Amino acid sequence: MPEQVNQLPKRKFKVMNLVWTIIMIAGLFISINVTNTHISVLFENWNQFADIFIQMSHPDWSYLNVVWPKLIETIKMAVLGTVIGSVVAFIYSLLIARNIVKNKAVTGVLRVIMNIVRTIPDLLLGAIFVAIVGIGPVAGILALAVFTFGVVVKLFYEAIETIDPGPIEALTAVGANKLQIIHYAVMPQIITYFISYVLYAFEINVRASTVLGYIGAGGIGLNLQQTLQVFNYAQTGTIIIVIIVVVVLIDYVSSKSREALMK
Amino acid sequence: MDTTMKKLPAKPVDRKKQVAHWLIAIATIVIIVWSCTGINFGGIKATAGQIAGAIFSGIFHPDWSYVYNGSGEDLISQLWQTICIAFLGTFISAIISLPFAFWAAHTKHKHWYTSRIGKIVLAIIRSFPEIVLALMFIKAVGPGSAAGVLALGFHSVGMLAKLFSEAIENLEEGPNEAVIAAGGSKFHVIMFSTMPNLMPALISNTLYRFDVSIRSASILGLVGAGGIGYPLIIALQYRQWDRVGIILLGIIIMVVIIDWISGWIRKKLV
Amino acid sequence: MADKPMIQLKDVSKIYDNGTVGLKDINLTINKGEFVVVVGLSGAGKSTLLRSINRLHDITSGDILIDGKSITSAKGKNLRKLRRDIGMIFQNFNLVKRSSVLRNVLVGRVAYYPTWKTTFNLFDKEDKQKAYEALQQVDLADKVYARADELSGGQQQRVAIARVLMQNPKIILADEPTASLDPQTSVRVMNDLKMLNEKYGMTVVANLHSIELAQQFGERVIGIRAGQVVYDGKMKDTPKSVFTNIYNGGNGSEEDE
Repeated sequence: MPEQVNQLPKRKFKVMNLVWTIIMIAGLFISINVTNTHISVLFENWNQFADIFIQMSHPDWSYLNVVWPKLIETIKMAVLGTVIGSVVAFIYSLLIARNIVKNKAVTGVLRVIMNIVRTIPDLLLGAIFVAIVGIGPVAGILALAVFTFGVVVKLFYEAIETIDPGPIEALTAVGANKLQIIHYAVMPQIITYFISYVLYAFEINVRASTVLGYIGAGGIGLNLQQTLQVFNYAQTGTIIIVIIVVVVLIDYVSSKSREALMK
Repeated sequence: MDTTMKKLPAKPVDRKKQVAHWLIAIATIVIIVWSCTGINFGGIKATAGQIAGAIFSGIFHPDWSYVYNGSGEDLISQLWQTICIAFLGTFISAIISLPFAFWAAHTKHKHWYTSRIGKIVLAIIRSFPEIVLALMFIKAVGPGSAAGVLALGFHSVGMLAKLFSEAIENLEEGPNEAVIAAGGSKFHVIMFSTMPNLMPALISNTLYRFDVSIRSASILGLVGAGGIGYPLIIALQYRQWDRVGIILLGIIIMVVIIDWISGWIRKKLV
Repeated sequence: MADKPMIQLKDVSKIYDNGTVGLKDINLTINKGEFVVVVGLSGAGKSTLLRSINRLHDITSGDILIDGKSITSAKGKNLRKLRRDIGMIFQNFNLVKRSSVLRNVLVGRVAYYPTWKTTFNLFDKEDKQKAYEALQQVDLADKVYARADELSGGQQQRVAIARVLMQNPKIILADEPTASLDPQTSVRVMNDLKMLNEKYGMTVVANLHSIELAQQFGERVIGIRAGQVVYDGKMKDTPKSVFTNIYNGGNGSEEDE
């Protein structure tokens, strides 16, 4: 044990910490400047904001009759979007999984396409499809289908690539063809994952489908847009409460089923 | 060993499970069929194929003149604005999320209903449509990117605080106990044990949220809350397909780059 | 050393929320400067006993006095002040893994500072120097700025000992301090505890799994079975049969804590 006591050495200066701090602070100032955000304005006009909120929290229940059919349409959109997107995603995932398709050129090109599709946000897809097929739920379904595709493909092909290669080798060894390998060696290992991801995508789609109508892609969002346009916040409030209840409910059911599935 | 071969016994069946599986399968099919009813697939515009082709060709023949013209209304400025909205919105929401996360995290020294209420509040915030929030803020601070920032900042709390609270729940209790045993207060526990242990998860989740926010910020413009969404919807309405093409290209490139950077940072964190 | 009582347990019982009996009518007096080892099967209540002394666990009935003051009834600031006098060593070291060794050692000092000062990490220069000296005592001076998770298990436990040293407590509770360590490192850690006991006169209460370590380091043995004290005596008067009795006499099926 050293009897003479040493002085505490100075800590080594960490350059990267300083660099990150500077980047963060600079980013903060630049973005405040560019977006022209001043919290003071918010507080000045806070009562405007609060006023809308108060009106919304006195919902107009009679409006439920109008909302109801649109809500059904919304859920139908979400279901169909999910189903179409998932089916395409299922096949596509098998095509880009490197343990199934060995051709790197094919998987590579298909992956680039997938990654591009994944970058486009749901509402943007909605706006594009409204321009293409016209106003209505079909635009919404197509937007949701493409969006679902992006969500499910990414999760699913990664799941496929992590499966146990043993059974594939075993079936290759007994002379099975590609489809037989998929059926007997791949499918049993991944089907629960697939269902789980589809449910997950469905959760997101229910959420997304509620606002798609705002840009004309069908569903309850249309009422949202109409009531907001005429400043009828009591009716907007009704819609929002309906949306929250449905979303929370479906989230809950779906996440519980996913838990049960993965057990 | 028995040399006479026994007959294959019948497959053992778990009736209950089988019935449940069939019921779920039937219910799923019924729901899908039901969903197809009442939706008019025939209502597609006759010009659909033509427009789709036009947008597609717009992507390959984009309006390059829009990329930068120094007016502040060009692609680069609008994308930059979008990134700034996402950055500031995420920053604000990360700060607001912290106290919410501690509220909603289910830890040992808390009544179960406290955290349950917190979780419900977060679920409600998550489900409140972002676009409506943006419109409310437009009423408060006027149209423009500030409304977008605020909408993003508040809306993201629902998701971010949920992720944070899960990270808190996953922390080990030991280091906290060490601080308590040394006579530390609750505040000391947070400062010395919880926060340092939590930091990587906080940063990683915030970065992930930034990825999502970039996508959100690019659609907020559809309702007038700033960013690239506004010029896009205008171009779609005026059928300037080459303009639509360049904006889509711009968004795709921006999102890919941001995803790549944040993924790189997250990987370095681990 | 004068027999000044440091820890007194009076009729202490602890029943967990799920009905498990942790401790049952424990009466104990531990004097200043003693080195006590607590032995017993896992699940017998050793850990509960230690954690009751600094109130990481609340007891159901009875009273515990630390240097004459009741910790059972203490609240808020008074409780923290009492805890300041009781250092604790854990089986899993319980370091903040992503913080530097220095910061981990300084944690031992938090109760000496007002909250606002610790918020901005404003530890005195003297305390930082003291932390460095504590690290020299456990031969880890060169690791002062390393991150805690870069250290080996034995080194981490010695950082925990430096943390306790920094706290300058009257009592040290060691809850299975060597259970996660290999035999050689274990001896090293126990030696450090012995050093704190002899050099600074700190009272040490240690739960030990290993009979060898208990015999080597303990001055007094307390045997626990099913939440009750079944043996209490000086180590040098304790025949080996007592240990076999404690470890085999119980039916061995006590519930886990």
